[in-house]
Amino acid sequence: MRALCWEGANAVAVREVPDPELRNAHDIIVRVRRSATCGADLPLLAGRIPYLAAGDVLGHEFLGDVVEVGPEVRRHRVADRVVVCAGIACGACWFCRQGLFACCDNGTTGASAAESAWGQPTGGCYGHPGPLGGFAGSHAEYVRVPYADVGAFAVPEEVSDDRAVFASDAAPTGWLGAELGEVRPGDVVAVWGAGAVGQLTAGAALLRGADRVVVVDDHDDRLRMVEQHVGAEPLNYRFVDVLAELRERSGGRGPDVCVEAVGMAAEPPGLLAGRLGGGAERSLALREAVHACRKAGTVVVLGTWTGVVDTFPLGAVMQKGLTVRSARQHGQRWIPMLLDRMARDELRTEHLATHRLPLERAADGYALFRERADGCVRAVFSP
Amino acid sequence: MARMGRLAGGGSKVARAARTLVVRRRERWPHAAGTDPRPGRWQVVTVAGRPEEVLPRGRWPEPLRRLYGAVELYARPAPGGRGTELAARLLGNAPGLRGMVAHLVGDDPGRFIRQALREAKQLAETGEVLRADCSRWDRPGVPG
Repeated sequence: MRALCWEGANAVAVREVPDPELRNAHDIIVRVRRSATCGADLPLLAGRIPYLAAGDVLGHEFLGDVVEVGPEVRRHRVADRVVVCAGIACGACWFCRQGLFACCDNGTTGASAAESAWGQPTGGCYGHPGPLGGFAGSHAEYVRVPYADVGAFAVPEEVSDDRAVFASDAAPTGWLGAELGEVRPGDVVAVWGAGAVGQLTAGAALLRGADRVVVVDDHDDRLRMVEQHVGAEPLNYRFVDVLAELRERSGGRGPDVCVEAVGMAAEPPGLLAGRLGGGAERSLALREAVHACRKAGTVVVLGTWTGVVDTFPLGAVMQKGLTVRSARQHGQRWIPMLLDRMARDELRTEHLATHRLPLERAADGYALFRERADGCVRAVFSP
Repeated sequence: MARMGRLAGGGSKVARAARTLVVRRRERWPHAAGTDPRPGRWQVVTVAGRPEEVLPRGRWPEPLRRLYGAVELYARPAPGGRGTELAARLLGNAPGLRGMVAHLVGDDPGRFIRQALREAKQLAETGEVLRADCSRWDRPGVPG
């Protein structure tokens, strides 16, 4: 089959690779209909994530048709149209039973390396190397889906492919941001980052009854989307003092909930140190979120981070009594609800697919996405 | 807290002392008083399910069964309804591993035992051990 393979730092190409096959009794094989780029791919693309090897297939946000079913699969049949949660989880361990699917004990094939990096193994993710899964990605004609009864969901007929594909990752991540922030009616919420996850976090906060939601970014096209498609307030940090503006828009208190939806930079902070694996990140957005947040408010770290961060304002966290929360999305918990909302037209996501391309042009799609050129929010590939 | 007890083969004095210690100090995994001849640390996983489900009739689960005689194994209920704590470590009185067990354990027994525990946990919880995708090198005849 054809698939987009990583070939080295910022080099990808569509290559011929072996078709996936059923390897466990709970697997299905999905023929991909749509597969989206994601900001979490960019550090992978840049070669910043250890264990990624030349030839590995990228991509984790996808939907498609079931073409093969393992003997223990109960919920899916051949020809079902399914959206697959980007995170891989067993559904049976203690964490999954608590709804904490991203913390699954059994979702990766590289548990030892994950223990070395983070203390414990976490759930897996498609298109990531061993510590984060060890499974081929979705920028391909076919994908193997482990634990299919837990991670794949039938898509209602009335939901289009272009809308449903974002139920795989961006929409549940946005929902997670609002849930971790425990957004409630009357809250003022600020979100850093107007990409797909930032927009869907803002939308989730509004659905939970937030009084005002402000999204901070410096890309005008993305900020226009925030206004037009989400109904939130845009704030361009190039032209305004963000802290002063947020203070003013929240009655001098500061936002009740501040969400960082930017993540680690694609390129390392110090090129040499980063290449050697020792470079600490500096998150300006996270620092600003901590400073902006009202006393006893909540800061949510939603962007993807894998290493260490320097110059984190712990003093402000402590002195203001902030709660800092973070997670990868527990999509298995929310995807059915999100698909229902999509079917009812409460949740619209297709505008995020700014660039629809055939898989053969996936390298061009990543170039657009990485540079945010031509107003690219997400490039979506069709094999 | 109820205790499933020690399940290892081998009945050395050290092991008997450890068994006694478990009864008295249930909060800790057993270790011998004084100088402990066993250098190995306990490797532990928590498995969803009750001890009698994790070890039906005291039978060792795969792949730990292959290590019978080389490791000792304990199981006890985890607090807070989290399931069963399953612990293993090399037997301290083993003079040196031989044959297939030595081959399996390799030169990093702790790492190997931890991996075996993880697989036993996966089998108990999901009925299978998650396998990585085939790489292009796994299939002869497929162009790389």
